[in-house]
Amino acid sequence: MGQSIWQTMEKKGYSRREFLQLCTAAAAAAGLGKSGVAQVASAFQTREKPAVVWMHFQECTCCSESFIRASHPIVADALLDVLSLNYTETLMAASGFQAEKSLSDTIRDNKGKYIVLVEGAVPTKDDGVYCMIGGRTAQSILQTVAADAAAIVAWGSCAANGCVQAARPNPTGATPIHKLVNKPVINVPGCPPIADVMMAVVTHLLVLGKLPALDSLGRPKEFYGRRVHDTCYRRPNYDAGLFVESWDDENARKGYCLYKMGCRGPVTYNACSVVRWNEGTSYPIQSGHGCIGCSEDGFWDNGPFYQHLPSFPGFGIESTADTVGTIVGVATLAGVAAHAVVTNVRKHQVIAEVRAEERKES
Amino acid sequence: MSSPEIGAGAAPVVQKEHPIEYRRVYVWELPVRFYHWINAVALVMLCVTGYLIGAPIRAFYAAEAWQQYWFGWIRFLHFVSAFVYVFNFLARLYWGFVGNKYAKWNNFFPLTRRQRDEIVDVIKTDVLQTRMHGTISTGHNALAALIYFFTFLVFCFQTITGFALYSSMSNSWLPRMFVWIVPLMGGEFAVRFWHHLFLWFFVCFTIVHVYLAFYHDYIEGRGTISSIVGGWKFEREKE
Repeated sequence: MGQSIWQTMEKKGYSRREFLQLCTAAAAAAGLGKSGVAQVASAFQTREKPAVVWMHFQECTCCSESFIRASHPIVADALLDVLSLNYTETLMAASGFQAEKSLSDTIRDNKGKYIVLVEGAVPTKDDGVYCMIGGRTAQSILQTVAADAAAIVAWGSCAANGCVQAARPNPTGATPIHKLVNKPVINVPGCPPIADVMMAVVTHLLVLGKLPALDSLGRPKEFYGRRVHDTCYRRPNYDAGLFVESWDDENARKGYCLYKMGCRGPVTYNACSVVRWNEGTSYPIQSGHGCIGCSEDGFWDNGPFYQHLPSFPGFGIESTADTVGTIVGVATLAGVAAHAVVTNVRKHQVIAEVRAEERKES
Repeated sequence: MSSPEIGAGAAPVVQKEHPIEYRRVYVWELPVRFYHWINAVALVMLCVTGYLIGAPIRAFYAAEAWQQYWFGWIRFLHFVSAFVYVFNFLARLYWGFVGNKYAKWNNFFPLTRRQRDEIVDVIKTDVLQTRMHGTISTGHNALAALIYFFTFLVFCFQTITGFALYSSMSNSWLPRMFVWIVPLMGGEFAVRFWHHLFLWFFVCFTIVHVYLAFYHDYIEGRGTISSIVGGWKFEREKE
């Protein structure tokens, strides 16, 4: 307790050079660049490293899985190594009462200074009984943990917008974190979020000690400011109107745009096409599969994934707005045609009337 | 056999004791006519390009991406038409306050007893055709005007959702004003769905509108079709 990152590293036998390497990588991850290295080094040397608690609620742990696969191992290792990760159900050695004590001690000893990383949504229906840890509901744990936190990060779509738990009909009343706490929450959506993005957000908090610039949905602008579509390497095919028509056609082999195969790139804000996954190897579109929009609110309910337009509610799975529109359009034409027939009958009567009038007058 | 005077106001053709006389009324002023035709062209453009954006056709697959930009052009046309259509609509709103009595804003709301009676009358005469001769209004009939009002609401809806979708590709203030719509409607995917769905409203509206314009000309014979070109309609003189 009360040590800086440098002190911890020194104790563990890291060299000064390794420490500066970490600072450089951290500066890059936080978006500071080369000129920010000195700032990072000074922060890591002088500032007490913050205590971190990592909460798991309704989730699948894919965010944790993603986090430990960051492409800058030195940053990932160092962060996990040197962070005071005082509580996390998945990685901690302690269990039972010891684990719970660790959590309550951290909260007590670091009032207003610790960082909360939340993975998973919180069920609110039926007094929150659908997610209980150590005999307490997720909701009450969250309130306790969030009360004195310096910063709250909502990892993944579950914590940021509810994800699959909150998909219709949302039986457990799964609710994203930012709706349950009255503090600013950094939303890092994605199922899971990109490891390097997660790393960068944590680094930003550590280095600068403040929240990164957020958009109106609480997402770091740096990573969620642009659509997957905007930076997609297949974008020229979109503008040229070259689309994959079916999964095994010639166009798919040529790597044309997956727009017509239901790719959600044009409506999804994420950094996949820039940062990419697995040490910058690839991302879904590069692997030939459209984006499913996993970082967007309600993406589970906007199916089917392989259709450009969502299915129209109440008209069967395969019907889109266009099918419904065509039917309504044809019905309108039919109605108009029927009306035209009646009009002609009436017009004959009008002509007859006029003739009768003429005959009377002449 | 041929009787050119039938139905329509061609009174001077035949000498009669009591010829039916028609008075020429200047109904649609020039700005209204301009609004109508600019709107018509813009809407057709928006519907065609909008449909293509939602469901691109298979075209030019023989060429490579660097050789063409047709889908880009389709989208460009959609955005340009949208701007034309919005400002044209704003101009029409303005004209609703300074134009003649047929263009006035209060036509579009059935606030008076007379308008409400006319709606019933129009339904009986023109929609159900259970009555031979109803009253014939000179400008918009009350039912048509009310439906135009609903159409204006759809205009607004399409404008708002359209700009909301466009805002992610633009830094200009007009589309940026509607950024907040996206999270309100549950993400861009939902906005796109609704924006696309209402395309079909315009398709149906156009079918009915064009048909009814011809219908009124066909059965009333007083220049409904030509009025949107020249502005004049013909009103039967009271005997």
